[in-house]
Amino acid sequence: MKRNLWSRFRRFLPLPATLLLAGCHMALLDPAGPIGAAERSVLFTATGLMLLVVVPVIVLAIVIPWRYRASNTKAEYQPEWSHSNKIEAVMWSIPIAIVTVLAVICWRTSHELDPFRPIPSTHKPVRIEAVAMDWKWLFIYPGHNIATVNEIALPVGVPVVFHITSATVMNSFFIPRLGSQIYAMAKMQTADNLVASVPGTYRGISANFSGGGFSGMTFKVKAMSESDYQQWLAKVGSSTRKLDAKEYLALDKPSSNVPVTYYGHVNPDLFGQILMGKLAAGRAEVLAANTVTSGAKTGALRRD
Amino acid sequence: MSNDPILVQGGNLALRRDYADHAADTLRDLRRSGDAVDFEVEHHHDVASTIQLGFWIYLMSDCLLFSGLFATYALLNSHTAGGPAGSQLFDLPNVLIETMFLLFSSFTCGLATLAMNADRRNATVGWLAVTFLLGLGFISIEVREFAHLVAIGAGPDRSAFLSSFFTLVATHGLHVTCGLIFMAVMMVAVLKKGLTPTNRARLVNLSLFWHFLDIIWVGVFSLVYLFGVAR
Amino acid sequence: MFGKLTLSAIPYTNPIIMGGVAFMVICALVILGAITYFGKWKYLWTEWLTSVDHKKIGIMYLILATIMLLRGFADAIMMRAQQALAYGSNMGYLPPGHFDQVFSAHGTIMIFFMAMPFIIGLMNCILPLQLGARDVAFPLMNNLSFWLTAAGAVLVNLSLAVGNFSHAGWLGFAPLSELHYSPGVGVDYWIWALQISGIGTTLTGVNFIATILKMRAPGMTLMRMPIFAWASLCTNILIVAAFPLLTVTLGLLTMDRYLGMHFFTNSLGGDPMMYINLIWIWGHPEVYILMLPVFGVYSEVVPTFSGKRLFGYASMVYATMAIALLSLIVWLHHFFTMGNGANVNTFFGITTMIIAVPTGVKIFNWLLTMYRGRVRFETPMLWTIGFLITFTIGGMSGVLLAEPPADFVLHNSLFLVAHFHNVIIGGVVFGVFAGITYWAPKIFGFRLNERLGRAAFWCWFIGFYVAFMPLYALGLMGATRRMDHYDVAAWQPLFIIAAVGAAIIFAGVILQVAQVVVSIRQREQTRDLTGDPWNGRTLEWSIPSPAPAYNFARIPVVRERDAFWDMKQRGVDLKSSTFVPIHMPRNKAAGFIVASFAFVVAFALIWHIWWLAIGGLAGVIGTLIRHAFDDDRDYHLGADEVRRVEGLHGRVQARSV
Repeated sequence: MKRNLWSRFRRFLPLPATLLLAGCHMALLDPAGPIGAAERSVLFTATGLMLLVVVPVIVLAIVIPWRYRASNTKAEYQPEWSHSNKIEAVMWSIPIAIVTVLAVICWRTSHELDPFRPIPSTHKPVRIEAVAMDWKWLFIYPGHNIATVNEIALPVGVPVVFHITSATVMNSFFIPRLGSQIYAMAKMQTADNLVASVPGTYRGISANFSGGGFSGMTFKVKAMSESDYQQWLAKVGSSTRKLDAKEYLALDKPSSNVPVTYYGHVNPDLFGQILMGKLAAGRAEVLAANTVTSGAKTGALRRD
Repeated sequence: MSNDPILVQGGNLALRRDYADHAADTLRDLRRSGDAVDFEVEHHHDVASTIQLGFWIYLMSDCLLFSGLFATYALLNSHTAGGPAGSQLFDLPNVLIETMFLLFSSFTCGLATLAMNADRRNATVGWLAVTFLLGLGFISIEVREFAHLVAIGAGPDRSAFLSSFFTLVATHGLHVTCGLIFMAVMMVAVLKKGLTPTNRARLVNLSLFWHFLDIIWVGVFSLVYLFGVAR
Repeated sequence: MFGKLTLSAIPYTNPIIMGGVAFMVICALVILGAITYFGKWKYLWTEWLTSVDHKKIGIMYLILATIMLLRGFADAIMMRAQQALAYGSNMGYLPPGHFDQVFSAHGTIMIFFMAMPFIIGLMNCILPLQLGARDVAFPLMNNLSFWLTAAGAVLVNLSLAVGNFSHAGWLGFAPLSELHYSPGVGVDYWIWALQISGIGTTLTGVNFIATILKMRAPGMTLMRMPIFAWASLCTNILIVAAFPLLTVTLGLLTMDRYLGMHFFTNSLGGDPMMYINLIWIWGHPEVYILMLPVFGVYSEVVPTFSGKRLFGYASMVYATMAIALLSLIVWLHHFFTMGNGANVNTFFGITTMIIAVPTGVKIFNWLLTMYRGRVRFETPMLWTIGFLITFTIGGMSGVLLAEPPADFVLHNSLFLVAHFHNVIIGGVVFGVFAGITYWAPKIFGFRLNERLGRAAFWCWFIGFYVAFMPLYALGLMGATRRMDHYDVAAWQPLFIIAAVGAAIIFAGVILQVAQVVVSIRQREQTRDLTGDPWNGRTLEWSIPSPAPAYNFARIPVVRERDAFWDMKQRGVDLKSSTFVPIHMPRNKAAGFIVASFAFVVAFALIWHIWWLAIGGLAGVIGTLIRHAFDDDRDYHLGADEVRRVEGLHGRVQARSV
């Protein structure tokens, strides 16, 4: 019987290994750029510091009640003992000490890793304008007058400054493996300074719920060598699609899981116009899409 | 015993006050004697003061409600979105008259309280009536101002500034309206039952409420109208 | 005539919703039928629905919270099932519009209609007893508060059958919740349910502050109050300070949606960021409104079951006050990622971390209370130890999220979801269960079944870790919250494990339902005849169980912190020979009627039935005025009746003279 149990149990042994393996996919613990790496180290340092007190507390929370269980009459019993200045001083000072260290880290890293702060580099940063739409991301490369939907390319090792706004409700611009997210808000401009140090294709998402098509609001981030990057720019530039006012209004209609689209030409002032709210037309469609009538409960929302 | 006529007629407050006095005496004796007494047979709390404390706490929470609206207004008052700003809209003399109505009503409300303390029932009701009319005057001036603004296209849906203006001022106006209803009810109650302890406690709350609205209005007048015109 | 309301508002084509509705209707019919069959309508009306007795109101709160826990839990199971399925080509069984309503309803219900009623219910049941008071300061207002909360809960459930619920999340972030992006009635249901219940909660805050400050037994100075009373005082101050802001925020959103104003719109100067700030200025204190009272519960349970005084009473009091104050200046940590600048982020990051100090002190206090005590492992203590372990982990992940750079990658992720469930389940929910088990003898007169209680604890405890540890991992893998579908293969196994965890917790819930049923059936064996089943320390244990309507036949004079422990040490006789009439408030229907009219107003406004809204409002005002002229509000319970009731519990001394 015991043997039988053990053999059953053995079948589950690989499970922790599977979980460890899953650990390899932990985007935040496997950053592809220095910002993400710095944020990971904040994560580790803070966790380590807190474990100094959390582990003993958890051990004590088990050991003390067990040691002083009612059936253990050999243990000391002091029913009236309820105060000790010394112990209380220690009790207050331990968390104060840890929080002080954490606060110093907070001050330093909040300033160093402020998403608005340009990344010091010998390279001139690449500027990309990002617009959150219902439910896709529009990216504009202002220096090249090209635009894409749901895909960006970056040269490895060169800082990128994203200028971010929204043509709709609040979203959050986030590339987990590169680090720092920041909100995308209508008529507001936020900035996110990131840099990729490892070539690869990364997931980009909106990290703030924005309505029915939210789950399909993902984009691809391709970090590549400078020469590949130039080729990619040329490829997008060669697209015959133009993002003019009419095309923009068509794009503005709610849609989700939108395939990658390249625009070879774009109005250089498009981002500014979106920011000013001048292109906020076509709202009737949004209205219709978000109308949650009883019909919508059965799933008329996803139109892809 | 529940239908004891004295109990019902005297109103619960008088009854409880007796007990409160009694309890206070007991406690005093107890402290003086230092005897080991483990229980009190009766321990009644001063109900009127509890009610007043409760009303104060409510007023504080209401004050926070207004602070939210003031903060909103402070933030949005520059968000005119191409629409009219306060300096183009506010008619200061008109608002000053409106303010005088309310300030004066606070004064007459105070006179009503004095009359109540002097046990003069008719005078109390009389001053309440004057207060009521002044409050009504205040409301009608406000309604006229709102109607005018809406008529010239400066309604609450024109801009964030106007939304916050209308909401702040109208919330105060709504409070004044509630105060007027409260006041009307109290006039009937005092006429019907006289200055019973219950009515007295309520009149105290009413006057607290009325003065509170006055203070809020001083804030509205300064922050919204004076600053608005000065900008 | 009926505004936007038509028959098509009932989603009768959707089998999932109709199944839920049918289940609710059948349950309601069974209950109503049973009441009719047993002829209990009059009893129910006169003894419960119109009751101004804080203990009965407390029990009604607990019942409401339990029902809503089941409803909110059903939503949780639906979400876990959807996310376990919806990978790749499998879209799951819930379309996005429905999934969004499920998570919005789950959050709304669990905070406003589960956690809050549990907390307020416990305060109602116990607080006046701990203070040595015969009632709360404003008994009828207490009844009104309950019915306003209940009206809100009914609205949320009604949205399932008529129309739909909000899809904009439990906090209804603008501009998504604006008319422009959410033109349906869902957000309106959400607004009015919260607005009505929020007003009820504010009234509760006023009521309890006045009760604590004015109605304590003679000799009970503030620094002699039980910690639960201290925690309740701080909580209610927070309620009165924070809930007006919720009222304002919802009110402004209402203005936008109903009158076309522009507070939080994207156009004409509206400022959605202001909404996020305002709602969190209320929202963060709300977290501590839930947390502080259960800290109080643990502070009662630990000394009682350790047979020892609470360690560091003064530290505990100052820590509680510090947490309450700090909770008002940390709201911005909910949106470090809005781009507020490094200085602002640092300020709010540090204030947030500072909260860890008094919280840590509390944990040490509880540990040191058990130290050199005699710890009995009864169910309340199990919940407490489970809490100490779980909450410490949750606190750690919380401080982690308070570091803005860490938050930049963890914000809105499933790591965050795991964190707040870690503190709310591991803290609030465990604490509520500890409190209910601990005080059950005082509230109901009998103990809850110990075996089933333990089994339920282990299911909850293990289920919690199985359900939420994977979410921490998923957060680190870059999974954000509120996805109805995802395309990363590595996530699915973890979502499946989380669903298994939810199933284990579900087993715990079933065991608890069984525990209640079994405990009621075996009540004669577990009846508490002494009034003091756990060797308690505070005044509520000095009176018979369940507490008589008047609570205290004689008011105890307090000399020490653990007042009842002190009385027992000094051998004070609990039996009495003289009894006097006791002044009692009379049951009134006004609270129920006002709340019913408020419900009508809310329903009419949701569906734009203006005449009905005006009628309902007139009803509210009319009822209040009518009540103002009602003088028949109290009576005296005769001395003989008091003697009879006390005699039932063996508390009458034979007359010596």
